[in-house]
Amino acid sequence: MQNHPVFFDNDPQSELSTLNLGPTHPATHGVFQNVLQMDGERIVSGVSTIGYIHRAFEKIAEHRPFYQITPLTDRLNYCSSPINNMGWHMTVEKLAGITMPKRVDYMRVIIMELARIADHIICNGVLGVDTGAFTGFLYMMEYREEIYEIYEEICGSRLTTNIGRIGGFERNFNTIAFNKIRKFIKEFPPVLKEFEKLFNRNRIFIDRTKGVAPVTAETALSYSWSGPLLRAAGIDYDVRAMEPYSSYEDFDFEIPVGENGDVYSRFLVRNEEMKQSLRIIEQALNKIEKEPADIFHADVPEFYLPPKEEVYNNMEALIYHFKIVMGEVETPVTEVYHAVEGANGELGFYLVNDGGRSPYRLHFRRPSFINYQMYAPMSQGMLLSDAIINMSSLNVIAGELDA
Amino acid sequence: MGKITNQEVLDKIAAKFGEQVTVIGEPHSLLTVETGREQIIDLLGFLKNDATLQFIFLTDITAIHYPEQEKPIGIIYHLHSLVNNVRIRVKVFVADGDVHVPTATVLWNGANWMERETYDFFGVVFDGHPDLRRILNVDDMTAFPMRKEFPLEDPNRVDKKDYFFGR
Repeated sequence: MQNHPVFFDNDPQSELSTLNLGPTHPATHGVFQNVLQMDGERIVSGVSTIGYIHRAFEKIAEHRPFYQITPLTDRLNYCSSPINNMGWHMTVEKLAGITMPKRVDYMRVIIMELARIADHIICNGVLGVDTGAFTGFLYMMEYREEIYEIYEEICGSRLTTNIGRIGGFERNFNTIAFNKIRKFIKEFPPVLKEFEKLFNRNRIFIDRTKGVAPVTAETALSYSWSGPLLRAAGIDYDVRAMEPYSSYEDFDFEIPVGENGDVYSRFLVRNEEMKQSLRIIEQALNKIEKEPADIFHADVPEFYLPPKEEVYNNMEALIYHFKIVMGEVETPVTEVYHAVEGANGELGFYLVNDGGRSPYRLHFRRPSFINYQMYAPMSQGMLLSDAIINMSSLNVIAGELDA
Repeated sequence: MGKITNQEVLDKIAAKFGEQVTVIGEPHSLLTVETGREQIIDLLGFLKNDATLQFIFLTDITAIHYPEQEKPIGIIYHLHSLVNNVRIRVKVFVADGDVHVPTATVLWNGANWMERETYDFFGVVFDGHPDLRRILNVDDMTAFPMRKEFPLEDPNRVDKKDYFFGR
């Protein structure tokens, strides 16, 4: 079964050449291979090869209890893993019919919006690097570090966070965490403004990005694009607004929409989304203050681990502890599709449950995977340098692409 | 929630397809219907192009394996009507040994990789697909790993026997 995407250039008269872009090329920010047929600097056609870091998460998930699947979701889009974690928790909660206290919802919203900002910082920063402007990237990266410190304060880890639990959070946000969040939403907006000043009307940047890889709304829909890419193409589809989860309906925010779906409008949409995320975080912080301060999980003993002291001293707590750890919790036999607005688009979890200790089938609708399939077709006729910045503005994350 | 109810969607489908489409249920208010592979593309096309339904967004294509069923392989489509904000799930079950379904790439370009992934993991052959190759697994793999008979661990490994773990 030999089906590697290879172009045969046996014709001595042919002036086309074959170029392997990737799998490990510094300009591709990840393990992406594209075999391109080039006419000078121009791409004639291309074939994408993916799957270099495929780790069979869907298969592994069929053998693990629900709470052990959270670390797998970390490794999908590892630039914004809290969104994946929360999406998974919410899927199981939807399956089990658990409703969250408002305060937990708002805590989740804060974490998810921070993650969205972190993801967009990387994408837009790197887009600057690829067009030759390193300053903006370094300037913004400092604030991604601030976000990671907030994660660290909340859950102890930075990149693959495994943040939260089914049924809430493993511990309450402490004062340091709240102070860090407040500090961040105070300090980041001026930085973002300065970043926009560096780029938005920068002649070189505009020349490199405006009109590059434009996508019409019809094409974007036909390729099932979602997230900032679809919005840049002019369609205001946002899961947060359309099917509000985690109390997003309580928040006041706008959905930025671009005009023609080119690299420049994707950049603008992402910048605008960061501003909206900051707005949401600010509202959430204010709303949290009105909620009772000691609630950080729902009252679901059959899903949420009891405190350790109780496990040692309380019969019931010990039973629940054992049942949860061994995955002996009863769940309804049904199927659930739950979607969250990931940083790259609609991140969906399709969970089929047979009542056993692990899902019967779990499928991730991974936005990067679905967004990336247009890359090779849309690169046709493009200059190689344009194709590179097109790839970085698609913000394809290898972990999410390959699952 | 949505601008049209599941019942309205269902009435529309029933008026056009009658007995050919059966309702499985509405788990978590997501309408789930089943149909045969003969009319799956007609049904998807109808859902997509109908002036009121407008399920224009193909969310996902995937599959599921129930080894003990008569038709063990199910192909599952998730569609989303962005206009009405309604989702629908369409299932098609096919028999083992004849795992063929017509391709949805005629309706959505985005179905291309979703179908390749489904083929890769379940061996579902999408007839008429422009480029049905494996996508995430290695090209020379012979098995379809998401089927239930495919083991998670390599069965030839000696260091992972159950008795080492007291099982």
